Amino acid sequence: MLYGYAGSILKIDLGTGEKKIENTPEKMAEEYLGGRGFVARLLYDMIEPGTDPLGPANVIVIAPGPLSGHLLPGSGKTHFGALSPATGGYGDSNMGGHFGPALKYAGYDCLVLEGAADKLSTLVIDNNDIKIVSADTLQGKGAIDAEKELKEQLGEDFQVLTIGPAGENRVVYACISHDFGRQAGRTGVAAVLGSKNIKAVAVRGSKPIPVFDPQAAQAKGEEMYRVCFGKPGFKTWTPYGTASITGWANEVGAFPTRNFQTSYADFHHKINGQAIIDRLLITDKGCFGCPTPCGKYGHAKTTVGSAFVEGPEYESIATLGGSCCLEEIEEVAYANYVCDQLGLDTISAGVVVSFAMECFEKGVITAVDIGREISFGSLEDVVYLLEKIAATEGIGKILAGGVKAAAAVFGGGSERYAIHVKGLEWSGYECRNAPGMMLSYMTADVGAHHNRSWALGYDVSESDADVSELIEAGAGGSLEVSSPEGKVDHVISMQHSRPLYDALGICRLQTMEIGFETSYYEEVYELITGRKISWQEMLSISEKIWQLTRQFNVKHIEGFGRSYDYPPLRFMEEPVASGPNKGRYIERKILDKMLDEYYEKRGWDENGIPRAGTLARFGLA
Amino acid sequence: MKLKVKEERCSGCNVCRVVCTLQNFGAVQPSQALLKIKGQFPDPGTYKIAFCTQCGVCAETCPEEAIVERDGEYDINYTICTQCLICVDSCPFDVIVVTESGYPAKCTGCGKCVELCPREAVLADHDSEGE
Ligand code: SF4
Ligand code: SF4
Ligand code: SF4
Repeated sequence: MLYGYAGSILKIDLGTGEKKIENTPEKMAEEYLGGRGFVARLLYDMIEPGTDPLGPANVIVIAPGPLSGHLLPGSGKTHFGALSPATGGYGDSNMGGHFGPALKYAGYDCLVLEGAADKLSTLVIDNNDIKIVSADTLQGKGAIDAEKELKEQLGEDFQVLTIGPAGENRVVYACISHDFGRQAGRTGVAAVLGSKNIKAVAVRGSKPIPVFDPQAAQAKGEEMYRVCFGKPGFKTWTPYGTASITGWANEVGAFPTRNFQTSYADFHHKINGQAIIDRLLITDKGCFGCPTPCGKYGHAKTTVGSAFVEGPEYESIATLGGSCCLEEIEEVAYANYVCDQLGLDTISAGVVVSFAMECFEKGVITAVDIGREISFGSLEDVVYLLEKIAATEGIGKILAGGVKAAAAVFGGGSERYAIHVKGLEWSGYECRNAPGMMLSYMTADVGAHHNRSWALGYDVSESDADVSELIEAGAGGSLEVSSPEGKVDHVISMQHSRPLYDALGICRLQTMEIGFETSYYEEVYELITGRKISWQEMLSISEKIWQLTRQFNVKHIEGFGRSYDYPPLRFMEEPVASGPNKGRYIERKILDKMLDEYYEKRGWDENGIPRAGTLARFGLA
Repeated sequence: MKLKVKEERCSGCNVCRVVCTLQNFGAVQPSQALLKIKGQFPDPGTYKIAFCTQCGVCAETCPEEAIVERDGEYDINYTICTQCLICVDSCPFDVIVVTESGYPAKCTGCGKCVELCPREAVLADHDSEGE
């Protein structure tokens, strides 16, 4: 028996309505754990080369992990994946909230959606009772409004995923929304859901998850919470959540500002964690099982509009605040709310909007193209563009394809400052004095996302300090040039450790932010599943998944290789305009050297393609 | 242990509910938890906690007098309970659940939710215990 797991995989063909419930294969659980591991394996096996990401042959896999839904800190995570419409390659996104645990209580370790419904529908999973019902009345509705309506209709005990108009209109960075402010934001998973005509998925689960040794697992889980309660960061980090890093990111010159023209915003004090507490906060909002709720739920009033909104968390502060130059926390929060309702990833949307602003500033696009003049710092302009994008109307139609596609249309040298890797917009850390973090972005399987490896702290401090320690220590005077030496190993190790949490179905913030020890996961995993496996062995599984997602890109992206692993020219040729890293950039030859070393250590050829022997070593040949 | 709550501190994590079912039923099954967390979103953006106040309404309604008070707390005597489930509907807070065996279950005052709530949103009500 598979202890710790719910035991089944639910496969639905939305075209025919056929539902299959299969046992979760023990071998897959052993070899890939769950979550990101299941997503990567199933997508690799199920999607044919040449598949249209927005056609019915694409597949969506939604998978919590073996530790999701259990008594331990941060057990509320769920992984989403599909062939990405943003990159044409491997796409996945991780989300907190309560959905994954509910899916397990309903009996499923994994939900696989194939085909496409013939009209806009809601998938309702009430334990074993599964229905596809019409979503007529939800068409065009905001993601938050749709969730509220479904909860009222179905009951508070349903956990609901929704997409907004952006997902319905297949914007390639549309996000899946849940729990009024949690999102699977990246790689356009909601556009894929939209292409399958699924507006919402609602789950109610009331069954138990089998546990190998319930008493001992309970005792270990309780101990894990107590250890978290005792960490200094439990009290100092939690009130501010991820926004607590805003000041530090500016001190170390890593805060994307004015479409990454610079890496310091002189207004950062007005959009930081303290500003949230002082000016927005109603309550701290946590995911399932969370001891350190990073969600800051509040209310924002601006001249453009006012709204209840969860966040902004750091990424939204960086892209909507920094990159679009919204200088007041209320404005950042309101733009965040607009993204949430429209169902747009705040990271990509913020970068796309700031890209359009710079294009306009440089005369690459005109007021006629856009429908008005636009400028950095204007909330009205931000909201105007977001609405155009979600509706894929006018200029929004072009911007809905992301900065890479838009730069190809706009031309005029705009690709130099289209800030992305592989077609996925860059998240909230500017890297022109952070070679390790730069390499992290360059080599992340999904494109420019920080959640695979976050090497910025190491670039700045050359230590493994957790985030609350980094913030506590501060930047300390003038910044040295950060050396590329030794960074490759660090990035590789982080690319195994951080995504491992996504395979286990748990949150990594307790470890990364407040220094919770990983040994506890190893112990509780054994008590819950009855299987002994060391953290080191789990890291090897994570490494295998890394090889598999690279190979996925090789399989699906024509001509994939080294040329897909570079940052935009801005980061290699243009000095930072101001702030602590003024004048700095990282020359291409330095990045080439790092890439060479990285490929070598990964067992990939000089073009970044996994060697046959490497794949064989991981049993992937 | 008698409970009290400070709802404004609650973050909706449901740790209380998971530990409640492990402690009382040896299972990870929050649908059976003996307290409930209800999010009020998007507006006003707060959580409501439904918990057993040891009000005794269930004891009054039980036709078999199977629910009895001891030191301010009400316990179900399962040797007397006939599974009529009248108590389930009587609870003003909707926190009596029906277990798989068909018996009702209510808060046992074990205090695990108090111990593990990361936010000190569920607390021991020492005042009304006269401590
Ligand atoms: S179970 Fe309900 S009715 Fe019974 S004492 Fe508790 S709150 Fe009152
Ligand atoms: S005191 Fe014990 S039985 Fe009562 S709600 Fe809390 S955990 Fe459950
Ligand atoms: S454990 Fe505490 S914070 Fe979490 S849901 Fe229960 S009462 Fe709320």
